[in-house]
Amino acid sequence: MHLALFIIFGAFCIAGALNLLLQRHPINSALSLIVVMTSLAVLYLLLGAEFLAVAQVIVYSGAIMVLFTFVIMLLNAGKEERTHGSKMAYVAGFPGAAILVCLLTFIFLSHKGDFAKARLGEYLVTTSDLSQVLFTKLLLPFEVTSVLILIAILGAVALARKEH
Amino acid sequence: MTDLHLWLIPLVPFAGFLVNGLVGRKAPKAVVSAVALIGALIPMLQVAWVVWNYHALTLPHVENLGTWIRAGAFHADFAFAVDQLTLVMLCVVTGVGFLIHVYSVGYMAEEDGYWRFFAYMNLFLFFMLTLVLAENFLLMFVGWEGVGLASYLLIGFYYTKDSAAKAGRKAFLYNRVGDVGFLLAMFMLIAHFGSLSFSEVFAKIGADSALQGGFLTAIALFLVLGATGKSAQIPLYLWLPDAMEGPTPVSALIHAATMVTAGVYMIARTHVIFDRSPLALSVVAIIGCATAFFAATVGITQTDIKRVLAYSTVSQLGYMFLGCGVAAYTAGIFHLVTHAFFKALLFLAAGSVIHALSGEQDMRVMGGLRKKIPVTFWTMTAAVFAISGFPPLSGFVSKDEILYQTFISPSPAGKILWAVGLFTAGLTSFYMFRLWYLTFFGKSRLEQAHLDDHGAAVHAHKDTKLTLEAEPAHGHAHGVHESPWVMLGPLVILAILSVIGGWIGWPDGLWGSNWFGHWLGAGLGTSEGAGGSRSLEFMLACVSTAVALAGWLVAHVMYYAKPELPERMAQSLRAVYGLVKNKYWVDEIYGALVITPVLFIARYLLNVLIDRGVIDVGGMAAGYTAQGVGALVARIQSGNIRSYAGWLALFAALLLAASYFGWTAHFWVR
Amino acid sequence: MVPIAYYLVLSAILFSIGVAAFLIKRNIITVFMSIELMLNAVNLTFVAFTRHWSQVTGHLQVNGQIFVFFVMVVAAAEAAVGLAIIIAVFRARNTLAVDQIDLMKL
Repeated sequence: MHLALFIIFGAFCIAGALNLLLQRHPINSALSLIVVMTSLAVLYLLLGAEFLAVAQVIVYSGAIMVLFTFVIMLLNAGKEERTHGSKMAYVAGFPGAAILVCLLTFIFLSHKGDFAKARLGEYLVTTSDLSQVLFTKLLLPFEVTSVLILIAILGAVALARKEH
Repeated sequence: MTDLHLWLIPLVPFAGFLVNGLVGRKAPKAVVSAVALIGALIPMLQVAWVVWNYHALTLPHVENLGTWIRAGAFHADFAFAVDQLTLVMLCVVTGVGFLIHVYSVGYMAEEDGYWRFFAYMNLFLFFMLTLVLAENFLLMFVGWEGVGLASYLLIGFYYTKDSAAKAGRKAFLYNRVGDVGFLLAMFMLIAHFGSLSFSEVFAKIGADSALQGGFLTAIALFLVLGATGKSAQIPLYLWLPDAMEGPTPVSALIHAATMVTAGVYMIARTHVIFDRSPLALSVVAIIGCATAFFAATVGITQTDIKRVLAYSTVSQLGYMFLGCGVAAYTAGIFHLVTHAFFKALLFLAAGSVIHALSGEQDMRVMGGLRKKIPVTFWTMTAAVFAISGFPPLSGFVSKDEILYQTFISPSPAGKILWAVGLFTAGLTSFYMFRLWYLTFFGKSRLEQAHLDDHGAAVHAHKDTKLTLEAEPAHGHAHGVHESPWVMLGPLVILAILSVIGGWIGWPDGLWGSNWFGHWLGAGLGTSEGAGGSRSLEFMLACVSTAVALAGWLVAHVMYYAKPELPERMAQSLRAVYGLVKNKYWVDEIYGALVITPVLFIARYLLNVLIDRGVIDVGGMAAGYTAQGVGALVARIQSGNIRSYAGWLALFAALLLAASYFGWTAHFWVR
Repeated sequence: MVPIAYYLVLSAILFSIGVAAFLIKRNIITVFMSIELMLNAVNLTFVAFTRHWSQVTGHLQVNGQIFVFFVMVVAAAEAAVGLAIIIAVFRARNTLAVDQIDLMKL
């Protein structure tokens, strides 16, 4: 059952990613990305990361992707035109990506035995486990991230403001 | 010890050079002349003062102005020294130099570049005085090079004239070849004696009486090479005839009286080295004798009055070398002194003739000038008799002394050298009287030549004035006129010296006291050869006089009594005549053997092959490579984000692969 | 029972698709989205490894997930700022095509 769930939602991920690649209109790509993110949330659950799964849905799909959608709407991004692009992207890029995927797959599969096998329901990490670490050992980085978000807000407002 | 302030002697002319060189162009002629004459007069007065103080001096009198080079154990100083030999040279250089400066005021009066001329003349005086006063080889070399430079500047004075520029360059280059010899000699001296100071080197040689031959011969031969370059002996004499392109006072001062005698002075100065090397002395003697003979033969066929005198100078310098070569250094120096008098006089008088004829130098169109320019005629006559060796004039005394010393010298070739020298004396007499007759006697050929055609080849050797007017000589309008007294004055003084100048060295054998020979010999530490006798000397003197008379007689016949004779002889001996007239084709031989290969190597091998082919190509290749690589690499910076991303992806993948498969792992492990 | 390796392979595939999308797409917003995709793939890797280390050492590990937490925070901030920049660039260039935004000076 674990395997079946994994395969289904893994397929959703890959399908969504491929759709992002193949769609011409950016809004379609955005929606596909939402599918990917939600499927990933399920996969996190399967791996025992409850807080992260929820955070993924709320933060990523719910906030970031909505932000993307707003911007697409704001800028009235239309269908992609066929622009004369750079050859180098195809010449160098595709081999690069291909090498990447083949290499990584090969590595991970050939060392399959070095990794453990995940069982459903074991080693669940709860929110309290996470907060134990976050608010004791990593208190400073936690506070710094809040400052970081503040700065990001200010920066975004300053950059996107209309010039008078 | 009295301080003679010897450094002032060269420095005043140098100051004159600076003043005239820097501000002379705008200054009025009178100022330029005054500066130049003061620059020549003051050294003369100072030399006179040295002579006045002679008895208070211990000779050699050295004044050291400070260290110049100090390198380890070696040091060379700015040191001036006076001894008898220096004093002789100083008197000649400053005295004759001053007279020629006075003469030049008149001769160069109408030239543009008047200021330049006098600046260079003062510069020449500065260097020559440095050469003569130097206490070590290095300072002498400074003067040596400097007079070469001044000679170049003055020969090429009419720099717009191509032949003059070439002649200046030729003189400098031939001098340079000789200077290599001087330099090599200096290097060997440093290597063997660790010093270049005359006193130290000579003391070391003197202390070691076993020192003979070997490297001393090498040093001496290198010095001889330098001397042949400067004093125009075989094989480096070819620049002197061409040097006649310069103004006549230059020929008088530099190429007759002073610069060309620097080689002889140098041999006399370094006689300590030469005395230890019989081989070198023989070489000197043979070179001197051969050059004397050779130049005299060429001189008898020349048609330009200055060329005759140039070859005569080469020939007489050969006599001086001959004198030094048989270790009769005082005789050689004595001939240097008397030669300075009559050769300078000859050149200046020739200049007066040329001036009278408004620029004509070719003897074939002269003649009949005796009545028209009497002062010039009589002074030149004195010089002609002096150089031909008629007693009791100065030339006879010095030349006869050399010939006598050659005859009685212990070297095996002495008699042969004497015979050749005697024959050359006859030739000397012949060509000088030839010049005398052609210039002053007979009917004037001047008007006829000018009537024939203007600007023909006959006018080829003109003493060109630096004006912008067209060429035709402005002689017709002026007519033949005597020179002004500013020019004639020096002529008269030199004529008097030519006549009586020999009397200070009248030989012992002919009932004289030879004051000069004994005085200078004591100073140098040499002695005249023994082995002769009074009667032998008297006999040889009579033979010399007879030969001189014979030369006069032949010239009289050929050029006065039967003027058509030279033509006929030239026709019948056409091959020989042609050979001699063209100076034995030596210039051409040198051109083919030396100059053409060198130019070929420079132009093709070095210029095209190496300079352009290798070095330029190498430099350009580096440039093009950098450009090419840069162009290639610049394509990465396209400004296009996607291409950047493409490169990023590719190289990230490669890095990953490399790190996994271990190519870079060993970098980290170590 | 799913071997962790499968999760890792999935993550690799997602990452490569992200790279490919980054290279292919011409709209700057889509390019940005592919960056988010890549970040997500990496997050999956971290979570998978947390599980791996928990099982290997025998007791609960949270470090990987802490890392994912921070990645999410930074990705959010970055998305905000990046989109603001895109808006500014759009105002200057009036185009969203990546190839036409190749001059530094706006």
